[in-house]
Amino acid sequence: MSTILTINNLTKKYGLLTAVKNLSFTIEKGNVYGILGPNGSGKSTTLGIALNVVNKTSGDFKWFDGKVTTHNALKKVGAIIERPNFYPYMTAYKNLELVCKIKGIDTSKILEKLELVDLIERKDSKFQTFSLGMKQRLAIASALLNDPEILILDEPTNGLDPQGIHKIRALIQQIASNGTTILLASHLLDEVEKVCTHVVVLRKGEKLYSGRVDEMISSHGFFELKSEDSAKLITFLEAHPSINKTVKKDDMVTAFLKEPLSASEFNKQLFNSGIFLSHLIMRKESLEEQFLKLTDNPSA
Amino acid sequence: MLRLLNIEFIKLWNNRASKVLILAYFILLSCIALISAIKFDFGFFRFHLAEQGIFNFPFIWHFNTYVAAALKFFLAIVIVSMMANEYSNKTIKQNLIDGLSKKEFILSKFLTVAAFALISTIFVFIISLILGYIFSSFTEASIVFSDLDYLFAFFIKLLGFFSFCLFLGILIKRSAFALGFLFVWYMVEGLARIVLNLWDKTTEYADTITQFFPLQSMSNLIKQPFSRLGAVKEMANQVGEQFDFDYAVHWYDIVIVLFWTTFFIVFSYKLLQKRDL
Repeated sequence: MSTILTINNLTKKYGLLTAVKNLSFTIEKGNVYGILGPNGSGKSTTLGIALNVVNKTSGDFKWFDGKVTTHNALKKVGAIIERPNFYPYMTAYKNLELVCKIKGIDTSKILEKLELVDLIERKDSKFQTFSLGMKQRLAIASALLNDPEILILDEPTNGLDPQGIHKIRALIQQIASNGTTILLASHLLDEVEKVCTHVVVLRKGEKLYSGRVDEMISSHGFFELKSEDSAKLITFLEAHPSINKTVKKDDMVTAFLKEPLSASEFNKQLFNSGIFLSHLIMRKESLEEQFLKLTDNPSA
Repeated sequence: MLRLLNIEFIKLWNNRASKVLILAYFILLSCIALISAIKFDFGFFRFHLAEQGIFNFPFIWHFNTYVAAALKFFLAIVIVSMMANEYSNKTIKQNLIDGLSKKEFILSKFLTVAAFALISTIFVFIISLILGYIFSSFTEASIVFSDLDYLFAFFIKLLGFFSFCLFLGILIKRSAFALGFLFVWYMVEGLARIVLNLWDKTTEYADTITQFFPLQSMSNLIKQPFSRLGAVKEMANQVGEQFDFDYAVHWYDIVIVLFWTTFFIVFSYKLLQKRDL
């Protein structure tokens, strides 16, 4: 597998504030990465450094095998960070033409990409007449013009209405399914959970976790149970070898698993012990719960 | 290089304000020809400016480059806003992300500025040549093509001035403030001159020092040509005044302006390199 971006002990200080602290991670070809973190956790700064618009304080990064200069590497990258930035007085088509000139590619793909993001009818409208959703889609079209090795998106759904968000997400999923490597920075967890295979979690410029999304949600899940005979149920649960912890709240009993156990097998065991359930739900912790657990704990 | 010029051309030519200003500039440049139409006819007193020798070769090179240089402010607005707009639209950020290096970015702006200066020079050359052949009393090639150093000075003057505008655009990032600063700077140089004159009554002292200032050095390149006019000289003679003025283009003025041009471009680049966008 080939490496697209390697970040090594990267640090960025703005005066006294350290926006990124000793950050290292690598981006491999073919995966969809999410950079997760609350606002101000250093996501955009990290991307800004890799994209040549923010100066690093220390550490280093390299694109591909590190043999090309950053600005030449960026010609093989498609990126939009924060708000879409185009020349307001130029039409969508002209703006994309300019991007082609900068990247040194021919203009043959402009129409195809405008089609992809559903802006073909507005190709001759000036950028300043676009809604935010359209601007964001034009930015994606522009980032895709060179069929990039990697697509970098920073908060692509920020500030959009529900339809806009849905459109952008569908687009990202479509692009990902074509095998394009994607790096998506977001503070929206369900966004990352829906499209990403790998995730880097940042808090205050420090890396808390990096790895596969499904490994981050490492717990085996939990059961929510109700029974008329709660006392007997709890005694059974506390003696059960697969159960880690039991919590009773009102008449709902929550049992956390420490090893995999299927709901039907569990139900059978309860039935055999003479406990009859009125309610059984097996759930897994969501990425959101996992994320809050990670980012709330200052010692993590 | 052509790629960079092409990129800037797309940016400028699609902007209506820039397009209008650029066109206005070149139209006004051609209007120098209209000076030839200035005629007064009051009974006995007849005055036709074109016949006063302003279009005589080689004086025309001096006269036309001096007048044309006054129009540079049109392009100054275009250049300052072409730089400052990159900041206010944040397109500079997108340009860099799309794979333009910071060096290429500055180079593309500098090439545009140099192109403006070069085209203006060629334009003034052609217009002067035409006007000269119509009105000049001498049309021998050896006279026509003498004193062409005024055209070279004109090119250097514009290049220096436009580089200054570029630098202000990057430094201040807002076109209106950058133009304001240009004006303030002009005043500062003027004030410095006044203060220096108070210090030492002979203007030589002030001249020696102010010739190193950016705007003053640019204006020193082509000095006012009016006192060279036949009519003006005559008038001065009648009131017993003798002009003793050095009109030539000096190599040290060119060196000073080239120094400032280099300074502005290098520091624009340093500024861009140092800043986080």
